[in-house]
Amino acid sequence: MELVIALTIGVLTAGGVFLSLRGHTFPVVLGLTLLSYAVNLFLFVMGRLAIGLPPIINPAAPGYTDPLPQALVLTAIVIAFGMTAFVIVLALRAKSELGNDHVDGLHIRASDQERQKGGRT
Amino acid sequence: MNLALVVLLPFLGAALAAGSARLNRLASAWSAGAVTLAAALTLLPEAFRVFGGEQRVEAWDWIPALGLFFAFRLDGLALLFALLILGIGLLIVIYARYYLSARDSMGRFYAYMLLFMGSMLGVVLSENLLQMMVFWELTSLSSFLLISYWQHRKDAREGARMALTITGGGGLALLAGVLMLGHVVGSYNLSEVLAAGDMIRAHPLYLPILVLVLLGVFTKSAQFPFHFWLPHAMAAPTPVSAYLHSATMVKAGVFLLARLFPALSGTLEWNLIVSGAGLATLLLGAYTALFKHDLKGLLAYSTISHLGLITLLFGFGTPLAAVAGVFHIINHATFKASLFMVAGIIDHETGTRDMRRLNGLLRYMPHTAVLAMIAAAALAGVPLLNGFLSKEMFFTEAVEVGRHLPLAWLIPLLVTLAGMLSVAYSLRFIHDVFFNGEPIDLPKKPHEPPRFMKVPVDILVVLCLAVGLFPSLTVGPLLAVAARGTLQEDAPLYHLGLWHGFNLPLFMSMATLALGVLVYALRQPLFAWHERTLGRVDARIPYHAVMDALGKLALHITRGMDHGSLQASIAWLVLAALSVTVVGLTLYHAPLVGMAKMRPVDAISLTAALALVLATLATVRWHRQRLTALITMGVIGLIVSLTFVKFSAPDLALTQLSVEVVTIVLLLLALFFLPQQTPADSCRLRIGRDVLLALGAGLVVALLTLAVLTRPFDTIAGFFLEQALPGGGGTNVVNVILVDFRGFDTLGEITVLALAALGIVALLHGLRLPMPTADAEGRRWSADGPSLIMTTLTRLLLPLTLLVAMFILLRGHNLPGGGFIAGLITAVALIVQYLANGIDWTEQRLRLDMQRVIAAGLALAIGTGLMAMGLGFPFLTSTFTHLHWPVVGEFELASAMAFDFGVFLVVVGATMLILVQLGRLSRAGKASLPENP
Repeated sequence: MELVIALTIGVLTAGGVFLSLRGHTFPVVLGLTLLSYAVNLFLFVMGRLAIGLPPIINPAAPGYTDPLPQALVLTAIVIAFGMTAFVIVLALRAKSELGNDHVDGLHIRASDQERQKGGRT
Repeated sequence: MNLALVVLLPFLGAALAAGSARLNRLASAWSAGAVTLAAALTLLPEAFRVFGGEQRVEAWDWIPALGLFFAFRLDGLALLFALLILGIGLLIVIYARYYLSARDSMGRFYAYMLLFMGSMLGVVLSENLLQMMVFWELTSLSSFLLISYWQHRKDAREGARMALTITGGGGLALLAGVLMLGHVVGSYNLSEVLAAGDMIRAHPLYLPILVLVLLGVFTKSAQFPFHFWLPHAMAAPTPVSAYLHSATMVKAGVFLLARLFPALSGTLEWNLIVSGAGLATLLLGAYTALFKHDLKGLLAYSTISHLGLITLLFGFGTPLAAVAGVFHIINHATFKASLFMVAGIIDHETGTRDMRRLNGLLRYMPHTAVLAMIAAAALAGVPLLNGFLSKEMFFTEAVEVGRHLPLAWLIPLLVTLAGMLSVAYSLRFIHDVFFNGEPIDLPKKPHEPPRFMKVPVDILVVLCLAVGLFPSLTVGPLLAVAARGTLQEDAPLYHLGLWHGFNLPLFMSMATLALGVLVYALRQPLFAWHERTLGRVDARIPYHAVMDALGKLALHITRGMDHGSLQASIAWLVLAALSVTVVGLTLYHAPLVGMAKMRPVDAISLTAALALVLATLATVRWHRQRLTALITMGVIGLIVSLTFVKFSAPDLALTQLSVEVVTIVLLLLALFFLPQQTPADSCRLRIGRDVLLALGAGLVVALLTLAVLTRPFDTIAGFFLEQALPGGGGTNVVNVILVDFRGFDTLGEITVLALAALGIVALLHGLRLPMPTADAEGRRWSADGPSLIMTTLTRLLLPLTLLVAMFILLRGHNLPGGGFIAGLITAVALIVQYLANGIDWTEQRLRLDMQRVIAAGLALAIGTGLMAMGLGFPFLTSTFTHLHWPVVGEFELASAMAFDFGVFLVVVGATMLILVQLGRLSRAGKASLPENP
C-alpha cells in the first residue's frame, strides 16, 4: 500500500509540475491545484497509513492515527482554495489588462505570435 | 529599566518630532531637545552609581536559546560615550534649529537625528553583542538618511550611498566576527566576552575574528583604505556632519576598538594591523587635509587623521596608550564639533565654504572668529588647550613603544610629521578664513550669526579651555571611570597635567608647532606640487569601477537566468529543487527504502489509485480542452477525499469534498471569461524538457514518500491524544488541535483566507471583461432562465442544508466537523441558491455584506483570545463546562466553540465573497452588451 500511495503522489506531482510549466494561465492553475493535492497527501501520510483508527477519543477504540498532520492539512486545504481563487482572479485581471491569457502577459513578442499563426495554417 | 529607557526614548521621540512638525515647524526642535534632555536625565542616576564604582547591567530574555538577550550595560566607557552622544546631541539640536532654512523640513531632520541618536546609544549601551549589532546596523541606516537629507542633491545621494555601502559591508564582516566570537566564548554577553580574553587569544579562530571585527571598525571609523566615504558624506547639512563626525558615527568604530580592547588586544597581530592602519590613516588624512580648499573637506580629512591617531594609540596595545586614546576621543569630540559648527556658521552667513574666496572675516564676525581660533588651536595641539594634553600623551606613548622596535626613531618621526601637518592645516583654517586680506566675491554680505547659533560653540570652546587648563578638576573623574571601563581593571598611573618637564615629547610638540608654521608659509609651492601629482588620485574612481563591475556581474547573472518569462523561472526553480534533492539523496549513506513492512494492497484501493493516475494523465493529456480537464480534476479531488476516508481522516474527507464543490464552481465561473481552449504554443523541444522535469520531480517525490513511509517514526501525537479530552474538552482531536492547542495558527490561517478574499475584491474592482456570446465551437450560450426543477428543489433543500451545517458546526468539537467544514457546507448551500435562482433574486433575499461577516468572524476569534488574556491566561486559552439542558440532555459549552464559530464565519464570508464577486462580473458584462435582449 505504501508503494501505491508513493506512486500516486509522484504522478500527481509530475502532472502538477508539467501543467505549471505551460504558457497559459488556466493550465497553470490546474497544475497548482494538482500540486496542492500532492502536497496535502504527502503531508497527510507523514502520519503514516492507519486504517480504521480515526483520531476521535473513544474508550472502545483500539488506537488512533496521528491527528497532527490532519490538523495541518485541514487548514491547508482551505487555504489552497483561497490561493487558487486568488490566482484565477489574478489571471482574469491580467487578461482584462493585457488582452491575452499568457502567463507572461505582454512579453509575447509579435514575431512569435506571427510564427505561431504561420505554423498552424 | 533606566538604561533601556535611555536607548528607547530617542526612538519614541523620533515619532514625536516628526508628528509635532505638522503642528508647528519649531515644535519638532523643541520636542527633539526635550527628548534628548529627558534621556540625559534618565541616565543621570545611573551615572552616579558608575562613578561610585559600579558596573550596571540590565537584562531581559529575548531569544535565550540563540544567546540573544535584551541587555544593557553601563560602565565607564559606555557612560563616556553616552554623555558625548547626548551632550553634543543637545547642542546640535539647538544649532540645527537656526541652521536649517525655511525650505528644509525640520520634522524630518529631527526625526532622523533622534533615530540616529537612539541607535548610537544602543551601540554603546548594549551588553549583548548581537543586540549591539542590531543597533550598529541601525546607525548605518539612520546615517544614510541623515547624509541624504537634501535628497534633491546628487552629491548627497551619492555620498549617502557610498557611506552605506562601505559601513554596511563592514557591518556584515563585523557580524561574522561577532558570531565567531560568541561561538568561541560560548556567550554573546560582554561581561563574559571581556573576561575571556586569554581564551580568545589562544583560540585558532582568533585571527579570523580579529580581521572581521577590525573590518567593521575600520569601515565605520574611516580608516585607510576605507576612509574615502567620509569626505563624500560632507554633502550632509553641517549639523549632521558636526554630529556624525565628532562624537558619534565614526566614533562607533573606535568605541568598539576600546570596548573589545581587553578581549582582543595584546597580540602581535593586533599591534601590527591596528597600529598599521592607524598610522597610515593619520598621515594620509593630515596630508590631504592641508590641500582641501573646502572648509568642510579640510575638517573631514582632519577627522580621518585624528581617528587614525586614536586607532594608532589603541594599536600600541599598552594600557597607558588606551587611556590616551580614550582621552583623545573626548577632546576630539569637543573641538571637532565646534569647528564643524563654525564651518556651518561661515557657510550660512557667507554662502560659500571655499577658502580661496573666504578671507579677512575677522572684521565681519569677530565673535565667531575667536571661537574658531581657540578650537583650531586645540586641534593643532597648542598648549593650554585640551588637544595639547592628549597630543602630549600620544607622543609619550609613541616614544615609549618606539623604544622596543628595531627602528626606534621611525614612529616618533612619523607622528611628529603628522603633528606638523595638523598644525599647518589648523593654521590655514584660521589664517585663510579670518585674515589674509579681503573676501573675494562672496554670495552674501558676511555678518555674525543669530546668538543661539553661537551658544553651542561657546559651550564647547569653554570646555576645550577648561580641560586644557585644569584637566584633573574637569575631565579627570570621567577619564578615570572611562579608562577603568575600557581596560576592565584599574588603570595604570598617569598624570594629567600641563607640565611634564623638559622631555622628548615636549620637544616633539614644539617641533610640530614650528614646522607647521613653516609648512603653511610654503603653502603656495606645495599646493602647486600637489595639484600636479597626488591631487589627481581619487578613491572614487576605483570605488566606482568596483561597484560598476559588481552591478554588471549581478545584471549578467540575473539576465542569464531570468528573461522575464514565468515558464523559464519555474523551470529553474524545479531544476534547482531537483538538483538539491538528488545531491542530498546521493550523499545519504543508507538504503533509500526503509525496513518497515508495507501493508498489503486491497483491490478497491488499487482500483482507486489507478483511477486517480488515469485521471491525472487525462488532465495532462487534455489540458487544452479546458472543460474536459475540469471534469477529470473533479475525479481526482473525489478520489483524494476517498483516500482520506480510507486512512482514518473523516474531517479531511469532509473538508476536501466541500472544497471540491466550491473549487469547481470557481473554475467554471472563471472559465466563462477565459478561452475555452488553450492554443498549442509549446514546441516539441520545450514539451520534452517539461516532461523530463515533471518526471524527475514526480520520481523524486515518490521516492521521498516511500523512504519516509517505510521507516519507523516517532510522533508527538501522544500528547494531543491524551490531553484532548481533559485539557481541551473535546473528543475530536483534530478539531481540538485546530481551535485549542494550535488556535493561534488557525487564527493566522483564517486571517490569510480573509486577506485572500479581500485581495480578490480589490482585483475585481472595476474589472470589465467582454462577455463571450458563444462557446469555442460557435454555439451560442443559452439565454434560458434557470431550470424550474432545480429552482424548486434548491429552495426546499436550503433550510435542510443549513441545518446540517449547524449540526456539523456544533458537534465539531467531539465528532468530525467543525467551523471549517460547516463554513464550506453553508457556502455551498448559499451558492447553489445563486446558481439556481440567479444573482438578483438571491441578493434581494440574502442581504448580508460578506465583508462584514468576515470582519465579525475575525473579531469573534480574536475576542475569544483576548477574553482569556483579560482573565489573566495566555492568549486563546480555552475553557469548557457541561450544562444540563432539559429535553436535550447533557450539553458541552467550550470557549473554543466561540472561536470555531469565528472560523465558521470567516470561511463562509470568504468563500461567498470570492464566488459572488466573480459571479457579478457576468452581470456587469451583460449590462455592457447592447444587443442583449
